[in-house]
Amino acid sequence: MSEGASEILHLDNVSRRFGGLQALRGVTLGIARGEVLGLIGPNGAGKTTLVNTICGVTPASGGTVTFLGKNITRIKTYQAARLGLSRTFQIVQPFAEFSALDNVAAAALFSQPGESLTSAREAARAHLAFVGLEAQATQPAATLTLAMRKRLELAKALAMKPKLLFLDEVNAGLNSAEVARATKLIHELAAGGITIVMIEHLMKVVLNVCTRIAVLHNGQLIADGAPRDVIKNPAVVDAYLGQQYAQRNAAGV
Amino acid sequence: MTRSNAALLVLLVCLAALPLFGGAYALRLGTIACMYAILALSWNVVGGLAGYPSFATAAFFGFGAYATGVLLNMGLPLSLTILLSFVTSFLLAGLLGAVLLRLRGHYFAIASLSLVEVLSELVNNATDLTGGGMGLNIPLASGSGIMADAMFFFYAMWGILLATAVTVIAVSMSKLGFGLSCIRQNETASGMVGLNATLYKSIAFGLSACFVSAAGGIYAAWVHYIDPSDVFDVLYSVKPIVMALMGGLGSPIGVVAGAFLYFGLEEVVWRNYIQIHSGVLGVLIVLLLLFLPHGLISLRPGMFRRKAKHV
Repeated sequence: MSEGASEILHLDNVSRRFGGLQALRGVTLGIARGEVLGLIGPNGAGKTTLVNTICGVTPASGGTVTFLGKNITRIKTYQAARLGLSRTFQIVQPFAEFSALDNVAAAALFSQPGESLTSAREAARAHLAFVGLEAQATQPAATLTLAMRKRLELAKALAMKPKLLFLDEVNAGLNSAEVARATKLIHELAAGGITIVMIEHLMKVVLNVCTRIAVLHNGQLIADGAPRDVIKNPAVVDAYLGQQYAQRNAAGV
Repeated sequence: MTRSNAALLVLLVCLAALPLFGGAYALRLGTIACMYAILALSWNVVGGLAGYPSFATAAFFGFGAYATGVLLNMGLPLSLTILLSFVTSFLLAGLLGAVLLRLRGHYFAIASLSLVEVLSELVNNATDLTGGGMGLNIPLASGSGIMADAMFFFYAMWGILLATAVTVIAVSMSKLGFGLSCIRQNETASGMVGLNATLYKSIAFGLSACFVSAAGGIYAAWVHYIDPSDVFDVLYSVKPIVMALMGGLGSPIGVVAGAFLYFGLEEVVWRNYIQIHSGVLGVLIVLLLLFLPHGLISLRPGMFRRKAKHV
């Protein structure tokens, strides 16, 4: 895909090496404004590494990352956050002693220039309400359930007014009612115009939410395109989905 | 401002009345108590708020003492030398902090401890400037009598303590204090929400150094003679940590109360058990930490009544 004006993020031949392990091999990928991209692949494929590389946690060993026309390959995490790249963590990362409200306030306070503690708490209240945690506002984050902490992560990410939002397995470990609730939130966000990249293992959610799917395997991009096409792609079936899934899918179950 | 911070300021204002009630000995005790409180409050910024266990307090105490000593010998007035060592130690610590605070936990503790040794060795070897191991004589600041001197140094130390307390309280209520608290709880997440952790930690390290350095300067002018083994004594690094733990980590009034309690114990034990004073003091500290793990600050009215219900 060539770099067009509608692209919010562009990865060009991005690679990342951890000692002897090549975690990403020459990934080239463009993400269009307003898109909901599903990033799938087996465990260890490099999905989280890709997000970490874009956000500056583990900068790329090769290639370039361009965000809104700006080269951000060597950016620091806090700078990425201020530019409008925000993310949730697969393993939730709350400020454990802070109340839910202060967790979200911290996100608003440090990502927006000129925000004061008072105005950040004000903004935080609205984001907590959006994810349905207003009743837990004063509770320390350490006392929240996993589902609530995942929603808290989401509220924190939203308080940063993201232009591009990475959701790293927001549904892992949730029961089906909680997944339905989270899916509904993602739909609302996408409708609100935020570009979303989601790492997700639940194919039901991926097919329900995503407008496009990219598949990573051993650090390489093996497929990229419309959801219906990608899940029929033999390479993807082989590497990730499995024959059973493909057959069930073909039978329309 | 919270009630405990207001209480701290009231306590410090009351302390200023000490000269009305005591002689030279009381003033000497008061001066040391203020000095200990400065060290403990300063340590609390980096150790209590940001959660980085620094052992560098002695490094900046010695730095301030020597900076002041050398500048006084060059004929500069005391107020200017204190100001200079305050500013330079802030900048020096800020720069060092940007490097040292990349280490975490035990690694940072060891690195900050080595800072004490490095500065001590530098002073030891810069014989022309500092007198090296021979120590440094410092001209008398006023020489207008024992009581006047004692009074002067007490108020100088008290003034710096007040400035430290006001700064620490302001920090704890500000965006900076909120950010340091974020760093202590989860540094990874701090970066992810847009917090420049390196900058915040450097400022915290600078703040934890500058008041200590000013206190070291007053101390040097007060005792008229310093040598490296005295002002770079690693006990100046350890004592503030013990005080903060005794008083209650993170709480300014707790830390100051811890400093006063520690100093009281130290003085009483030293006077009564001169042979075994360190041993007795150690046992007392262990007992205090065992039975009051969250420090004096956890001693609140009604606490014993609540406890009784669960027995």
